[in-house]
Amino acid sequence: MLIPHPLLGLRDAQEFTYLGDASLLNRPDTGTDADPEAFFAYTHLRDNPAGVHRELWFHEQGDRSWLVVTRNTLTHEILGAELASDVKRGLA
Amino acid sequence: MTRISGGLIDRSRTLSFTFEGKRYEGHPGDTLASALMANGVRLVGRSFKYHRPRGIFAAGSEEPNALVTLRSGARAEPNTRATTIELYDGLEAVSQNRWPSLAFDALGVNDLASPFFAAGFYYKTFMWPKAFWEKLYEPLIRRAAGLGALGGEPDPDAYDKGFLHCDLLIIGGGATGLAAALTAGRAGASVILADEDMRLGGRLLMESHALNDAPAVDWVQGIEAELESLPNVRILRRTTIFGSFDHGIFGALERVGDHLLRPETVRQTLWRITAKRSILAAGATERHIPFASNDRPGILLGGALRAYVNRWGVTPQAKDSDRIAIFTDNDDGHRTAIDLVAKGIPVLAVIDAREDAQRLGEYQLYKGATVTGTQGRLGLSSIDITQNGLTRTLECAVLGVSGGWNPNLHLASHHRGRPVWSQAHSAFLPPEDLPQGMAVAGAAAGHGSTHAALRSGAQIAAQLSECKPAELPLAEDAPHRQTPLWHVPGKTRAWVDFQNDVTVKDIALAHRENMRPVEHLKRWTTLGMATDQGKTANVTALAVMAELTGKTIAQTGTTIFRPPYTPVALGALGGGDSGVHFRPTRLTPTHPFAVQRGAPFVEVGQWLRAQYFPLKGETHWRESVDREVLAVRSGVGLCDVTTLGKIDVQGTDAGDFLNRIYCNAMASLKVGKVRYGLMLREDGFAYDDGTCARLGEQHYVVTTTTANAGLVYRQMEFARQCLWPDLDVQLISTTDAWAQIAVAGPKSRELLSRVVEADLSNEAFPFMACAETRVCGLRARLFRISFSGELAYEIAVPTRYGNALMARLMEVGADLGVTPYGTEALGVLRIEKGHATGAELNGQASAQMLGMGRMVSTKKDSIGAVMSRREGLMADTRRLVGLMPQDPQARILAGGHLFAPEAERKTETDLGWVTSACWSPHLNSYIALGFLTDGEARLGETVIVANPLEGDEAPCKIVSPHFIDPEGGRLRD
Repeated sequence: MLIPHPLLGLRDAQEFTYLGDASLLNRPDTGTDADPEAFFAYTHLRDNPAGVHRELWFHEQGDRSWLVVTRNTLTHEILGAELASDVKRGLA
Repeated sequence: MTRISGGLIDRSRTLSFTFEGKRYEGHPGDTLASALMANGVRLVGRSFKYHRPRGIFAAGSEEPNALVTLRSGARAEPNTRATTIELYDGLEAVSQNRWPSLAFDALGVNDLASPFFAAGFYYKTFMWPKAFWEKLYEPLIRRAAGLGALGGEPDPDAYDKGFLHCDLLIIGGGATGLAAALTAGRAGASVILADEDMRLGGRLLMESHALNDAPAVDWVQGIEAELESLPNVRILRRTTIFGSFDHGIFGALERVGDHLLRPETVRQTLWRITAKRSILAAGATERHIPFASNDRPGILLGGALRAYVNRWGVTPQAKDSDRIAIFTDNDDGHRTAIDLVAKGIPVLAVIDAREDAQRLGEYQLYKGATVTGTQGRLGLSSIDITQNGLTRTLECAVLGVSGGWNPNLHLASHHRGRPVWSQAHSAFLPPEDLPQGMAVAGAAAGHGSTHAALRSGAQIAAQLSECKPAELPLAEDAPHRQTPLWHVPGKTRAWVDFQNDVTVKDIALAHRENMRPVEHLKRWTTLGMATDQGKTANVTALAVMAELTGKTIAQTGTTIFRPPYTPVALGALGGGDSGVHFRPTRLTPTHPFAVQRGAPFVEVGQWLRAQYFPLKGETHWRESVDREVLAVRSGVGLCDVTTLGKIDVQGTDAGDFLNRIYCNAMASLKVGKVRYGLMLREDGFAYDDGTCARLGEQHYVVTTTTANAGLVYRQMEFARQCLWPDLDVQLISTTDAWAQIAVAGPKSRELLSRVVEADLSNEAFPFMACAETRVCGLRARLFRISFSGELAYEIAVPTRYGNALMARLMEVGADLGVTPYGTEALGVLRIEKGHATGAELNGQASAQMLGMGRMVSTKKDSIGAVMSRREGLMADTRRLVGLMPQDPQARILAGGHLFAPEAERKTETDLGWVTSACWSPHLNSYIALGFLTDGEARLGETVIVANPLEGDEAPCKIVSPHFIDPEGGRLRD
């Protein structure tokens, strides 16, 4: 697979490490009195869609960017890739 | 001898080879199959299940029968197809699946027992008693039914991997591929043209057609010369494109040295080709027609027979007087007869199943007739022809069978596209949802005539390259005329899949047992499995199933295809990545020092670390390790600890960031101080530990365990970019930048003061201090931290000076008895001190279990903090404890389980396990660490360490995990 890195262009998927569902960006913002249920859901519950999936890839053999890649899990078509930090900041 | 005139072989040179130990001769340009035919060899193998005699059936990579073991010794390669092996001088090949000999195979009795070996027999017959399956039935079946066996020696040859990129990849170098390559190549596109054969031309080499009134091979050679001259065209001969992967990536196997006695460079190269566009021009494979006893040597595909005659100048006759017949349901079958007659070889009969068949040459035609039986023990001797209900037997040694052509659409279907049935072509055509960037041309798309193939290749290449199609030669354009006959009904076995011994009866049985969907049919009968993947069998089989179910072929559908198109050796997939090259090896900075001292090394991840440093006269590793441990406890020792991960953390928010990474507080750490830190996973379990040193207001250095160095860095980058991108913090791994040496023992201060340009007094540089300093004039970092429990330091210098620093410390510390120590002593020292490592931080331990529950700060949020307070984790009473055997000499092994003395040894009464164990020379006893239920409450009690595998049991006293200096006085002196 080829991943369109937003800074570096098309890069081979072998340069990346896969993590999983991009919902991992949404860590419950807690301070000290967090809701354990929210953490349970964040840590363990994932959707597993057959189709479009937003997921985290780490450019470990490259510039060490974490990317949010939108990929169709049925066809492996890649619909886009953004810097995870931009997504988290609400910029992408 | 059955060589005839013509063909593309070099008769001026003779090559010598052996088959079954017997010497034969052939010529350059021959395959092993054509050379065997030229020598009158018809019997080349035994079938998979019934051990039936088999001969050469095809002329290409689709061959189901003629599997041989090529070469001998370490280079022996089983299950190679005689039809694709290029002949070379000195070639050795032997047949497979026969004993004691090919002509007399004792397991031929399987054929008589065939009623017991029908489809699915092993699912049904050998069910009882269950225990017999693994020990008796399966080994027996595997011995009796099978293909070749591996030699068992390491492959002595080299394999390579490479990457290629192009605008257009053309898969197949026949008429279609050449027309496409010419069109795109002339337009300047970067083109890769790949073909599995030793020379370009495809079917053009095997037919008698003219192109522009000249032999087709003349045109091929002209085009080949032009393509060779174009710098933007790369031709890969002997290269199979075996798989179409995501985003225009293809796998290709180039057989660089398989056609040589010994490869000159590598044997095979695995190419990964990234292509913007691709044209699948893989041609077509002929079908046969199943009829009674259709598997005897001498019966082969009509198109293959024609290929042997035209390309290799040979026929499958054992002697010149052997007679040849053709069985067909289409016009193409007649071409074989026409070509034979043109070569002066009489054709006994063309048996055409169609009532309206026309005679197209000088041979006797039997219209509306079928072959209904054959005779001959190790080869065909006669056939039964049935016409209008009358059967006659004709003496005949060779029978060409033509059942139409299947497009080679495999790669078009590698992304799950379903082939589409075309009644007009009597074949499946490529799916509409093709892999990204792919187009299909020529016979692979159903354009079977030479003219149509050339035109289709040129036109598609012109479209993709936005240019004009190349000018094409005049070529035959015969229409497809066929009335498909899927099998000749009868009571005798009629083979559909030769390689797996699947007959029409087996398909009928699968139908009766309701294994009707094609996927079930395939698995129940093993149809289409093994080396040929059913290239000559699949479509015929599902057509037979369609007939039995009363459905159309379109309704029945077909199985799809996965890579590889033809077998790829594991050696090629591995490339050069075997042995020491399997993964990178990382050497510590003091590796030369350790080699010089004769240290044995242990693999720790990718690192090689010195295990211990034996002295002259030491005969057992324990002698060396005990000496090293005692030297650290009483004097001073040196150990390379570079392999621990080092991560530099800088920025105005570095402290805040580390507060969220570690479960304990780090922001409050003072500059010039070090703190032990524990990281949790978000699910609350302990993840990794190490030290965190604050070198400046905005500058920390974090260490990790050796094993987790990369993972912790990845996790910290995740936290920085994905969780808290607004924090001002930057990370970099500096593991490879600094050589770090532990200097441990009561005399460590004295030793270091001889090289470090700083005040090392307890007041100036106390326990858990850190500083940037200079050593021997070099910039250095000094940390007063201890893994051994002794007064100790770790000193870091730029990596390239690590070995010199070790040598200097050894030199200046000689009078102090300075002693290098390895990972074994390091392990003993840390077990004596009760420090956790990977054996304890195994992903199942919580901070509480490690005795560090109170470290998890409740005053701040950090990764894993919330989940670590889960009820289930809080209620866990297992704790890390120390264990001392009542008999100091009772050896304890890590992995032993803990039981109360009176308890039965079973899972329900299991109280925990031993994580680490060693001989402690300091205590003169074996000691161990382990997790024990109610560990804190049981201190002072006795527990049994049991190793039921070896029947060992050792009563142990439960003690603090800190076997030495529990108050930590030694650290602080």
